[in-house]
Amino acid sequence: MYRYDEYDRRLVDERVQQFRAQVQRFLAGELSEAEFRPLRLMNGLYLQRHAPMLRVAIPYGLLSAVQLRMLATIARRFDKGYGHFSTRQNIQYNWPRLEEVPDILEQLAKVEMHAIQTSGNCVRNITADHLAGVAADELEDPRPYCELLRQWSTLHPEFSYLPRKFKIAVTGASRDRAAVQVHDIGLYLVRNAVGELGFRVLVGGGQGRTPYIGLFIREFLERRHLFSYLESILRVYNRLGRRDNKYKARVKILVNAVGLERFTELVEEDWQYTRRPELELPESGLEYMRGFFAAPDYRTDDVDATTLAQWRRETPDFARWMDRNLAAHKAPGYQVVYMPLKAPGEPPGDATAEQMDAIADMAERYSFAEIRVTHDQNLLLAHVHRSQLYELWEQLREQGLATPNLGLLTDMICCPGLDFCSLANAGSIPIAKQINEHFDDLDYLHDIGELSIKMSGCVNACGHHHIGHIGILGVDKRGKEFYQLTLGGDAGNNAAIGARLGPAVPKDVVALTIDQLLQVYLEQRESGERFIDTYRRIGMAPFKERVYADH
Amino acid sequence: MRIIKNQEVVEDEWVLLREAPAAPAANVIVPFADWCEQRDAWLSAGAGVWLSGADSVEELAPALPQLPLIALDFPQFVDGRCYSSARLLRNRYQYQGELRAIGDILRDQLYFMQRCGFDSFELRADRDPQEALQAFAEFSVRYQPAADGAPALFRYR
Ligand code: SF4
Repeated sequence: MYRYDEYDRRLVDERVQQFRAQVQRFLAGELSEAEFRPLRLMNGLYLQRHAPMLRVAIPYGLLSAVQLRMLATIARRFDKGYGHFSTRQNIQYNWPRLEEVPDILEQLAKVEMHAIQTSGNCVRNITADHLAGVAADELEDPRPYCELLRQWSTLHPEFSYLPRKFKIAVTGASRDRAAVQVHDIGLYLVRNAVGELGFRVLVGGGQGRTPYIGLFIREFLERRHLFSYLESILRVYNRLGRRDNKYKARVKILVNAVGLERFTELVEEDWQYTRRPELELPESGLEYMRGFFAAPDYRTDDVDATTLAQWRRETPDFARWMDRNLAAHKAPGYQVVYMPLKAPGEPPGDATAEQMDAIADMAERYSFAEIRVTHDQNLLLAHVHRSQLYELWEQLREQGLATPNLGLLTDMICCPGLDFCSLANAGSIPIAKQINEHFDDLDYLHDIGELSIKMSGCVNACGHHHIGHIGILGVDKRGKEFYQLTLGGDAGNNAAIGARLGPAVPKDVVALTIDQLLQVYLEQRESGERFIDTYRRIGMAPFKERVYADH
Repeated sequence: MRIIKNQEVVEDEWVLLREAPAAPAANVIVPFADWCEQRDAWLSAGAGVWLSGADSVEELAPALPQLPLIALDFPQFVDGRCYSSARLLRNRYQYQGELRAIGDILRDQLYFMQRCGFDSFELRADRDPQEALQAFAEFSVRYQPAADGAPALFRYR
């Protein structure tokens, strides 16, 4: 993984000093709230319902054991002993004190971390495939590009006061696990006709109040021109994006207002000038960065097959966990182990300081001291040798991190909602709880199979509800919490925005409504079909009829 | 009026006119629309011109070698359009004259502005330019090239 050198260290240190001074000036009344606001947001600091919320960047979701321990320490020392992993592969603390935030940033800097540009109208944390470097379906590891992009976008002098936030996602795999198509810029590593690697570039995807799937603006971009091309897109957006209405300010609105063709023309026109040698990525620069992401020293043996069979036979819970929470690894003898932060009764995405410490220990013991955050609010150990699976499973169980529900109904995505977020219209954590209580039969969940439920407490869509197979959006109806359901959303290669099921339902019947939807699915599914497949085949009508029949 | 120029506080030699006078004169900075109407007269008088974020700096291109000063207006400090205008002037058109930030100009944006090519700053009237000078020294690391000659770090590691 990437290690800071003298430059990176100096930059985060200087950033901490700068922010400390800004907080002091704010507290001394020398900076107004309006002046301080963008400054604190660009350091991830929100002023929230109960207390400030601090969002710490986890670049492309990659953490070392040392870093995770620091996150645990911060949770203990400055917060209430836990943190919340978000859909953007970051971590959020809900209870820090404003005066202490510079100290937190100082602690983070010691382990090569920061909160730079985790909010604000600037280029945000770059996200990536959480199986980068270990997936068999990968053309090239996207992380060297992600780190280069992180650096290029950090304190970018031209693009720090954009009309609105700007999100970039990258994947090098054929299967999209990074929801690339709902980002302001999405990058797929691809090979062209003559076998060269480059990027297929999407622009104008996004969620929020007006969701859009991104449009392909360039089928093939040479890797060396990545930065100049992105600079041109951002420049066109910075100049022409709307600034009068924050709901119409994302690049997706601009692209759709002027049309993809015109937008492309504008970008190409600027690019003629911007494609200069000084922005070209030299092969040496790429090689240098690749060095940080080289594969670890894998063992070459595999687990003894009889031992594995015996573990599975003697411990059905272990077998079930293995079948559900593991993914393939390209190195023989290794597996990816997911740690769902979705135990029944716990807010999705939350981890306690004890869990974080325990995971850091396990990562050191079993996975080359590396941990990853997924955009589904789970954690994973990317390189576990199969001979150590049983041992690891026992330890995960002790920590409540072995719930065998990866990809199932209860592996929900859920934003903080009304409990923490000042923008919320409705609670989302209580709904997650309701769903967990309603669907507490694991056999039934396994029968239902792969299903993604995603939930947001308001139109900002931090919980990605538009791209859930079942999306749930909290709305406020005359002071009461209601929930708008959508069906058919998809975050993958066939990305789709969900369609509205019908009028929003009251809070107490959300789980019941989902139950009705699942009945329709169970009655109608053909063999091998997931919920989303059945929905695509039979359409909205049967679901709608069932839910609203007696209304 | 004291302004910041080349990272020093100096007395301003220019007069910013939010509305243009009838006859072209020297040492005034006039609105882009008025300047366009009598381009040659303003140019030979030695006047400067100011543009908003919506104005197209592209139209200035032919006049750039003769323009002593261009000011770019930030109606609110969060409106970042003129950062791009500045980079176009400096990077695309190689503008060499004075490039000034006017409007809602505050200390905490000066570093970015300077990196985009601004070399003079008329701070908001209630702010102390002397104190604001500290902003230029806040960072010693620049990852990306802009208009201040810094190279991309990824080319030199
Ligand atoms: S979706 Fe709305 S309620 Fe949920 S975290 Fe985002 S802004 Fe807050």
